[in-house]
Amino acid sequence: MAASPRPAAPDTKRVRLSPRAGRTLWLATLLVPPTVFFLVFEVIPMISALIYSFYRWEGIGRVGFAGFDNFRRVLFEQPFQGWTINAFWNNVIVFLTLMVVQNGLALFLAILLGGNPRGTRFYQVVFFLPVTLAFVLVGFQWKLFLNPIIGLVNQMLGAVGLGALAQPWLGQESTALFSIIFVNAWRWLGFPTIVFLAAIRSIPQDYFEAARLDGANEWHVARHVTWPLIAPAVTIIVILTFIGSFNWFDLPYVMAGLDGPPGRSTDVLALYFYRTAFGETAGALQDFGRGSALAVLLFLFVLVVAITWTRILRRREVELT
Amino acid sequence: MRKRFGVFGLVLACALLMGFAVAQVTLNFWSWRTEDVAAYRELIDQFEAENPDIKVEFQAFEFATYATVQMTALLAGEGPDIVHVRAYGAFEAIAAPGFLMALDDKVPALADFPPLALDGNRLRRDGLVYAVPFASQTLVIYYNVDIFEELGLALPETWDEFLDTAEQIKAAGYVPIANGTATSSMNEVLKGVFAPSFYGPDFFDDIMTGEATFEDPRYVGALEKLLELAPYLAPQHQGVDYPTSQNLFVNELAAMFVSGSWDIANLRLQNPDLNFGVMAPPVPEAGQTPLVSWFLDGGFAVNADTKHLEEAVTFVNYLASREFGQLFTDLLANISPIPGVVSTDPLLAKVAELNQNSTPYIMLVGFRYQEPSGSVLVQERLASMLAGTITPAQVAKEVTEGIATYFEPFQNR
Repeated sequence: MAASPRPAAPDTKRVRLSPRAGRTLWLATLLVPPTVFFLVFEVIPMISALIYSFYRWEGIGRVGFAGFDNFRRVLFEQPFQGWTINAFWNNVIVFLTLMVVQNGLALFLAILLGGNPRGTRFYQVVFFLPVTLAFVLVGFQWKLFLNPIIGLVNQMLGAVGLGALAQPWLGQESTALFSIIFVNAWRWLGFPTIVFLAAIRSIPQDYFEAARLDGANEWHVARHVTWPLIAPAVTIIVILTFIGSFNWFDLPYVMAGLDGPPGRSTDVLALYFYRTAFGETAGALQDFGRGSALAVLLFLFVLVVAITWTRILRRREVELT
Repeated sequence: MRKRFGVFGLVLACALLMGFAVAQVTLNFWSWRTEDVAAYRELIDQFEAENPDIKVEFQAFEFATYATVQMTALLAGEGPDIVHVRAYGAFEAIAAPGFLMALDDKVPALADFPPLALDGNRLRRDGLVYAVPFASQTLVIYYNVDIFEELGLALPETWDEFLDTAEQIKAAGYVPIANGTATSSMNEVLKGVFAPSFYGPDFFDDIMTGEATFEDPRYVGALEKLLELAPYLAPQHQGVDYPTSQNLFVNELAAMFVSGSWDIANLRLQNPDLNFGVMAPPVPEAGQTPLVSWFLDGGFAVNADTKHLEEAVTFVNYLASREFGQLFTDLLANISPIPGVVSTDPLLAKVAELNQNSTPYIMLVGFRYQEPSGSVLVQERLASMLAGTITPAQVAKEVTEGIATYFEPFQNR
């Protein structure tokens, strides 16, 4: 029996794309929306901030070209200079403390979990759970916990006989910033832990066995096998922590306030920028010029340091391995 | 006949359409008073009943973001027809670049307003008024009548009596003054209540003319008095914020609460059974008259770019009328600056009585026009002073130096 001829294609004019064109269209469909989003919400605001920073503002009106005057004021004129330096150092403290407390602990936990002790999955979930909560929510909740009158922290200290340690945690210059950093670490600990753990798990088991056969103890294994081989993960975490620390806004805003109380001890550059550009309803006026200058300086600082540091760390990764 | 009906129908349709078109004039009215939406609806209903051609859409935004929302909209040319504006520096930030319309010749009733109220919405550059003042605020001490009666306490008149009263309240297990110092702006309020009776009625003018700076002994002395209050504030006051302070007072754990007249409605709302009164700030010596801090809260302005000028002017004229002021005061327990408005509310009546001897709330009225504003400088330092880490003299010095960066009368000294 002769094969019946294929049914004729329906007589509709379908546009047939070459595979190459189809692929291009597919890629464009994927790339255009995020590119437009990025342009509208990232690039254009950045450019307008750069333009605004060169103008003098009267209230909310732009009144004249100012050259570098806004930059000069935030960097060299008191009291703005003092506030800029103070906020900058607070950012540095945030970064260093998070590196040691949050990321150090995360590395330690990842190494422990890397040995697959009993309940590894359970601990993974427990450590990662706070990461899924919104910063604003966590900040608000912890602000209540740390409230000296109705807060859980002081009440629990009292309940276990440590009432003498009860403090107005967020109200003292000595404890406010570190309390907020602690909350940040509590919320974010799971993320570096998971990243480190994934890196550790990607190391072939043979390396550990070989090292142990050669008589290396756990410290030596961690120092000479694990550490060099997870260096790329460390680079990512260091850079992310750096960028996060210098863009730190939501937690101090929710937990302390826009003016970085008490005594500017929780003031960081992003708060200071926001307060300057958009005003502080309870006392300050908005100044787009100085605010934009701060935003531009902050952006340049983070960009230059992040790029330089990434290069250095990448080179070091090669040296370690 | 049929033709005549046709013409009649056409005329009727046109009339209806025109009527429809007229009824379509909608004014947008933006405010930060999210708590007062229902009351404003009632106030607007009264206006709409008298002006059926004009519809007013009231929209309230969160206080903390209002300035930003307002600014962004005005810059983009999308602002509302009627703008609820703050007073003094925050007002100038919008009025100076030309976003608002001068109202002196459009709202005749303004001529009868008290000059001090108008000054809050007057552009210093041209001396014109750009908003109808809507409410004034006075800084006061609230006290819990029941706790005072329970402890057999009389209202203190002098500073020494006040400290003695606070001591007795503390001994009885209550918090004497609910305030904490974690919310910076409330520290300025604390100063605004107690300091004027010590630095006196002439100090504001002396400062504005450069006769004195904030390092004047009158001011430093007043700050030193504030320090004496520290033991009577909320326990661990450094960590107690404004909402917690309100809670302490509302839940009758504290006997006194230092705040502004804006809190009356809020305190009643939070605890309708709370039996509280308004007390005058203590004076240095018996027989002296207490001096309270007073300021204009803001006003109602017309967007310079409104497409409905005539209707917007009609509406702000209503907002300046006694009819509006009376209903406003009755509904919102706020002091209206509109002449002839009287309040039957006993607390408001007490506030009005205290207003007879008032002085401008110094940093807001005098030094919120440029940065660093007086408020920013003093709020930040007062918490540290009350925590004992810096002295009143240091606060005074830093505030003076900060303001001297732009305030000429301080520079030549």
